[in-house]
Amino acid sequence: MSALNIKKGATSHSAYDLRASYSEVIETHTLAVLVDNEAGVLARVIGLFSGRGYNIESLTVAEVDHEGHLSRITVVTSGTPQVIDQIKAQLGRMVPVHEVHDLTAEGPAVQRELALFKVTGQGDARVEALRLADIFRASVVDTTLESFVFEITGTAEKIDAFADLMRPLGLREMARTGVAALARGA
Amino acid sequence: MTKAMTGAMPAGAKTAAKAGAKAGGPRMMSGAKMVLQALRDQGVEVVFGYPGGTVLPIYDEIFQQNDIRHILVRHEQAAVHMAEGYARSTGKPGVVLVTSGPGATNAVTGITDALMDSIPLVVISGQVPTFLIGTDGFQEADTIGITRPCTKHNWLVKDTSRLSETIHQAFHVATAGRPGPVLVDIPKDVQFATGPYMPPGQARTDNYRPRVKADPTAVEALVEMIETAERPVLYTGGGVINSGPEATRLLRELVEVTGFPITSTLMGLGAYPASGKNWLGMLGMHGLYEANLAMHGCDVMINIGARFDDRITGRVADFSPGSRKAHIDIDPSSVNKIIHVELPVIGDVAHVLEEALALWRARGSRINAEAVRRWWAQIEDWRRVNCLAYRNSDKVIKPQYALQRLQALTEGMDRYITTEVGQHQMWAAQFLGFEEPNRWMTSGGLGTMGYGFPASIGVQVAHPEALVINVAGEASWLMNMQELGTAMQFRTPVKQFILNNERLGMVRQWQDLLHGGRYSQSWSESLPDFVKLAEAFGAKGIQVSDPADLDDAIREMIAHDGPVVMDVLVEKHENCFPMIPSGKPHNEMLMGEDSTEGAITGEGGALV
Repeated sequence: MSALNIKKGATSHSAYDLRASYSEVIETHTLAVLVDNEAGVLARVIGLFSGRGYNIESLTVAEVDHEGHLSRITVVTSGTPQVIDQIKAQLGRMVPVHEVHDLTAEGPAVQRELALFKVTGQGDARVEALRLADIFRASVVDTTLESFVFEITGTAEKIDAFADLMRPLGLREMARTGVAALARGA
Repeated sequence: MTKAMTGAMPAGAKTAAKAGAKAGGPRMMSGAKMVLQALRDQGVEVVFGYPGGTVLPIYDEIFQQNDIRHILVRHEQAAVHMAEGYARSTGKPGVVLVTSGPGATNAVTGITDALMDSIPLVVISGQVPTFLIGTDGFQEADTIGITRPCTKHNWLVKDTSRLSETIHQAFHVATAGRPGPVLVDIPKDVQFATGPYMPPGQARTDNYRPRVKADPTAVEALVEMIETAERPVLYTGGGVINSGPEATRLLRELVEVTGFPITSTLMGLGAYPASGKNWLGMLGMHGLYEANLAMHGCDVMINIGARFDDRITGRVADFSPGSRKAHIDIDPSSVNKIIHVELPVIGDVAHVLEEALALWRARGSRINAEAVRRWWAQIEDWRRVNCLAYRNSDKVIKPQYALQRLQALTEGMDRYITTEVGQHQMWAAQFLGFEEPNRWMTSGGLGTMGYGFPASIGVQVAHPEALVINVAGEASWLMNMQELGTAMQFRTPVKQFILNNERLGMVRQWQDLLHGGRYSQSWSESLPDFVKLAEAFGAKGIQVSDPADLDDAIREMIAHDGPVVMDVLVEKHENCFPMIPSGKPHNEMLMGEDSTEGAITGEGGALV
């Protein structure tokens, strides 16, 4: 990740206008941060966001390279383009941070989230819940005579939509993992 | 996230143990001994510290050696400021040793100060033994948690076999890239246990390698800016000094060959000599008229190692509206944080300047000389305003006059200046001239009252023969006055030049400007007799109140071989000008003769 983002050929004519001014539009970006898997590294990253007033919409973390002691933090954040650039630069200068990728800016990426839903009910509502779960390709991972636990994966929007549908049908509890994301292609 | 918590032997320690097994074994030693060995191998000559329960094993090792000098402070905050003074006046990292709990929490203000001003420090703190961590043990504090946001990085060492490598890494991180403070927290049982010692060369540091060489495209664009600028200004900061003597040399060369005007932040004073012909003086809230108007009216601004701090920019929306800006900084997060720049140049100042100068020469050493000459004529007009003018008096010592006399009587001496925080600090920046870098130590970012006195001791420890003066206000100075004991014990002949207005001058000035002259809690009541106070510690005290006696008093202070507390009774209600009121742009400065009533209005009132 380079902090420099100079337009190609910009210097051959003029030293000026190398970077466009920032817009004031709030954007949502998904960042993948590769960090040393050491004690306190998550606290450092979270402390950076809270201390500087940045937003965290979703955050997931797990070790991804046992030999190399590396963890991957996927964080969904929002802000103006200037704030997003600041977040990346601030993350990039932390000592245990190896790489920062802006999956939103760097090209197409797949983003998935897993969620578990507990839905209780009887009669028609129960049948309707099961029918909708099928439409959403959610699978039943636990069942009793009065309840289901559904497992669903997909984009955050898909899970939101599923939650909206389940609410009148007896949604009792929900657990979401937060977003995991990878760039598309080789 | 529990890898380091399990205490597994790290890869590096294993290799060291293996290599050692073949060559007669790695040197085994206690953790406490390792601390001293690592400091020695890092070239540390002096440690500023205060003992306590959880660092007793390390202090026992200090007792049994003579290579490293220990300066016993009277309060841990002062230990950190001393280390800052040492670091800023030498370019080497300062080292601090404190105990757990209150020792570490007392150090926090100093550590934060060093973070804000990018000062390399290695702070070593004791911690309760690993088996007591988390039990609310005696003098236990979550030092790693507390110092996480105020250090560049910190480490809790839970295994003696990791200790030496961690200390070497700490020195690397503190000094590489943009410098800053780091902290190594060492539980007491880790100090007692034995492990293999890893020398500095084997420690893994490749995971933190900030980029020092800039993108050639950016350097080329920078050269084009230099070639075509009509109204250029070089805006320099502490990054030039942190980059080292080579950066200072190259900056002076750049100014010499281009003839561009140069201004500097509070942190960067001395990189370009105050006597240099292109010097505009300091810029910013209390900066010089010509410097601020040059910033406002320039068409090309080249920021070299500064960070567009709010003391510099004033109202961001109106900051230097007509200019194209380049920003040379080793820290990418400094770029576009506050002010949008067209040309970021990420790299070390010395590297960037060297490449830019070489390329500029290769392309024919061009500047727009005619336009720059016209620009200088404009700047000369601004200079004639003489913005530092003040009404002097033969009845009472004006603080500005005191500093002018201090400058006149110490010019050419091997002189180092530290300051506390407030009006006196700004007057010192305006009226003292700095010819060399590393000669001016002041708390810029955090604005820590109580910084200057301990910092002056740290400077004097590093430069025993030099003249070290702390320009202070009486209120700031009292915040760390206990260090008179340290100054006496270690025979550091620091001169405390206290401009005593019996007020918290800058607070009073803002109350004057912003709160209808209601001076809430901003006077210094029940002040000590500073002369007797100095004498109580065995130091020399001098008091002066008549302008006619000032020169002799300053000479007496300089001549005395030992710490001096000089109580200069100055005008009580002097305001510091020029001033860009909060929320105003550079071209709306208040001058000394202006009315201050209603100067700060609207949103400016909410700013600091």
